[in-house]
Amino acid sequence: MGTHVIKMPDIGEGIAEVELSVWHVKVGDMVVEDQVLADVMTDKAMVDIPSPVHGKVISLGGVPGEVMAVGSILISIEVEGAGNFKESAQPAAVVAKEAPVAAPSKVEAVVESKPVASPRPAAVCQGPMVAREADERPLASPAVRKHALDLGIQLRLVRGTGPAGRVLHEDLDAYLAEGQSNASAPVAAYALRNDEAQIPVIGMRRKIAQRMQDATQRAAHFSYVEEIDVTAVEELRAHLNEKHGTTRGKLTLLPFLVRALVVALRDFPQINARYDDEAQVITRLGAVHVGVATQSDIGLMVPVVRHAEARSLWDSAQEISRLATAARNGKASRDELSGSTITLTSLGALGGIVSTPVLNLPEVAIVGVNKIVERPMVVKGQIVIRKMMNLSSSFDHRVVDGMDAAQFIQAIRGLLEQPATLFVE
Amino acid sequence: MQTLNTTLLIIGGGPGGYVTAIRAGQLGISTILVEGESLGGTCLNIGCIPSKALIHVAEQFHQTQHHSQHSALGISVSAPTLDITKSVEWKDGIVDRLTTGVSALLKKHKVQVIQGWANVIDGKTVEVGDTRIHCEHLVLATGSKSVNLPMLAIGGPIISSTEALAPKSVPKRLIVVGGGYIGLELGIAYRKLGAEVSVVEAQDRILPAYDAELTQPVHEALKQLGVKLYLKHSVQGFDSASNTLQVLDPNGDVLNLETDQVLVAVGRKPNTQGWNLEGLNLAMNGSAIKIDNRCQTSMRNVYAIGDLSGEPMLAHRAMAQGEMVAELISGKTREFNPTAIAAVCFTDPELVVVGKTPDEAKAAGLDCIVSSFPFAANGRAMTLESKTGFVRVVARRDNHLIVGWQAVGVGVSELSTAFGQSLEMGARLEDIAGTIHAHPTLGEAVQEAALRALGHALHL
Repeated sequence: MGTHVIKMPDIGEGIAEVELSVWHVKVGDMVVEDQVLADVMTDKAMVDIPSPVHGKVISLGGVPGEVMAVGSILISIEVEGAGNFKESAQPAAVVAKEAPVAAPSKVEAVVESKPVASPRPAAVCQGPMVAREADERPLASPAVRKHALDLGIQLRLVRGTGPAGRVLHEDLDAYLAEGQSNASAPVAAYALRNDEAQIPVIGMRRKIAQRMQDATQRAAHFSYVEEIDVTAVEELRAHLNEKHGTTRGKLTLLPFLVRALVVALRDFPQINARYDDEAQVITRLGAVHVGVATQSDIGLMVPVVRHAEARSLWDSAQEISRLATAARNGKASRDELSGSTITLTSLGALGGIVSTPVLNLPEVAIVGVNKIVERPMVVKGQIVIRKMMNLSSSFDHRVVDGMDAAQFIQAIRGLLEQPATLFVE
Repeated sequence: MQTLNTTLLIIGGGPGGYVTAIRAGQLGISTILVEGESLGGTCLNIGCIPSKALIHVAEQFHQTQHHSQHSALGISVSAPTLDITKSVEWKDGIVDRLTTGVSALLKKHKVQVIQGWANVIDGKTVEVGDTRIHCEHLVLATGSKSVNLPMLAIGGPIISSTEALAPKSVPKRLIVVGGGYIGLELGIAYRKLGAEVSVVEAQDRILPAYDAELTQPVHEALKQLGVKLYLKHSVQGFDSASNTLQVLDPNGDVLNLETDQVLVAVGRKPNTQGWNLEGLNLAMNGSAIKIDNRCQTSMRNVYAIGDLSGEPMLAHRAMAQGEMVAELISGKTREFNPTAIAAVCFTDPELVVVGKTPDEAKAAGLDCIVSSFPFAANGRAMTLESKTGFVRVVARRDNHLIVGWQAVGVGVSELSTAFGQSLEMGARLEDIAGTIHAHPTLGEAVQEAALRALGHALHL
């Protein structure tokens, strides 16, 4: 028997540290070759770490959420034969994962940070069992008390399962696990609650938090809201869906918006751009790669419709639909999640009246779509019912002037209100 | 003037102070400890340790005398004689070894010990002679002093426990003022060393801090030893010309008690005077410094531990507080929250109280089972020629959680370990009853007390 050590591999982006996101194995598990051991997270996406060997897991090198140096020991596996320990352990081969993130249920299932003994059988109590009153001093051994202090847990909040309601080490573990999975028993509507749940900000959430904070700290956001009469474009959309829906697929408003962006950006190249504020360079791009903000179970993702300038309405629609499904199922690749030049964000029916979108740096513009409502409008001196929709957009005011931004949005408005102009060359 | 800077400064090298220093040293905190007298404080030099040494001498002398008279064990020896000077030398040897040990431990953990009396300047500055010490954290551990009675100034025939622990000769007659544990421990020892001992106590029984059932065996032992008890008597004064102590009996009549020495043992009070503590203007709790459950005083980063922080004035409490304070200063989250602190009287028989007594349990509103097992039914006790005393357990009736242990009997001080552990671990009666206790030991009475509380003692 030998020990095979797998070190945190170099993901190949010049990254010195990688966040360990999820363990798919625990100490004592038997693993086979190519079985996925863990997911690690880079700036861009999740990466699978497969096992190169058959064997038994004997130790884990970190806990989920831990940022580990490339080359540090990730996992040790007991194998037949000599193993690679004490030899120069090679970092494991990297397989870029189709799925950028694991299914959330898996995340919760593998929160244990240390080997845990098999669950204790229910305490067999010879004598009567009376639970502790709310204001009674919690019953716990000195070691449990000290451990609770170290963990910052108030013992009185922990349910003791030991004899006479004694709080055991296992109860602390269970309390911690409860906090992580955020599972709380249903309570009466007006029950007094003292529970707290601590959710570690790791993985995807940490990445989102960092990017949002970075964007709001670095960019000089300014938002601009305009209302758009979408009656005409909605009529066109309904007509096209009626005529071609069965053969070419249904259209949402999004492909029309993509089309509007593409056409408007021809006159506003400064808005289809990336601003590298460290190098102090603005890169204007001919291609329009439209990021489409998409909500998934584990958080916000932005899959990218590439080369929107070369796509027809139905082409765009299919691509948006395919990417959204992939993102929601965790199947979007790293390439599909990066490289946008401008971002569209829509909350659909939840779109509200106004939003203040946060830029997807290093882009300089993000266009937010609010909901469509029928409103009485004055047209040529007459009050008529029109379908109205607001566009709430944010720009990086460091490099986009207010005049340009306003003119850009007015151009989009013009295109959407006169939908024929979307297609007139 | 020399100026020193340190993270932690501890005033007082007793059990509280030196343990704080050792733990701080272990945690890598730069530490200075100031002590005016010997390291080890009252406990090692003029308290716990020397008293136990003297009690041991007295017991050995007493046993030998017992064998020289009418020993049932078949041992016969000639009547022993006592060279008390040698006894005191032997005791001093133990004290020396312990204080030297403390000094070595402090050195090992890189604690700087400064000999001298501290004078507090402010919460972060202390002067010792012509040395000024600046610190980030200040731990006050100056202990306690014997309480004096105004009409019985220490001097000549009137002594405190300090003098009683270093006798030049054993007095023919000794009156102990105060029937608490210090007075009785020393009174019994002096009686065994040959003095005629009387105990004057203002309350109606000895060891008033403990319940009557518990103190009864001690009361009987005193009678058997021939210690005269003057209960409900209060001291009026001392006439040095006639060497008589005037006491007021319960009827209001004055008794003149002739004696060679008077030992004043009426308690101890926090040592708050003479080192400019008042300059810090800390919040007080009676005569003690007020502390929270982290031993923090009302001033930030100023801690008080041990006797200075009030009752219970016990060395093991001070040590535990000191250890905790050092860990707090190192940045750990800690609080002083023991389930119980054992109290032991090294009288004959010994007496141990850990956790709640039946009265305290009742006062706390707990419905409890109280059960005791007598040493008269314990084999080991018989082989030790000791059948007095018992082990008593107090447990909640609803879930059988043990909330207190008491014992009285020969050698029961060592049972305090088992008692303390059972309380801290949250043991129930079933846990103790289900633990196999070695036979033949006094500890069997512990298991039997638990069994009896459950209604099925085996040996009763």
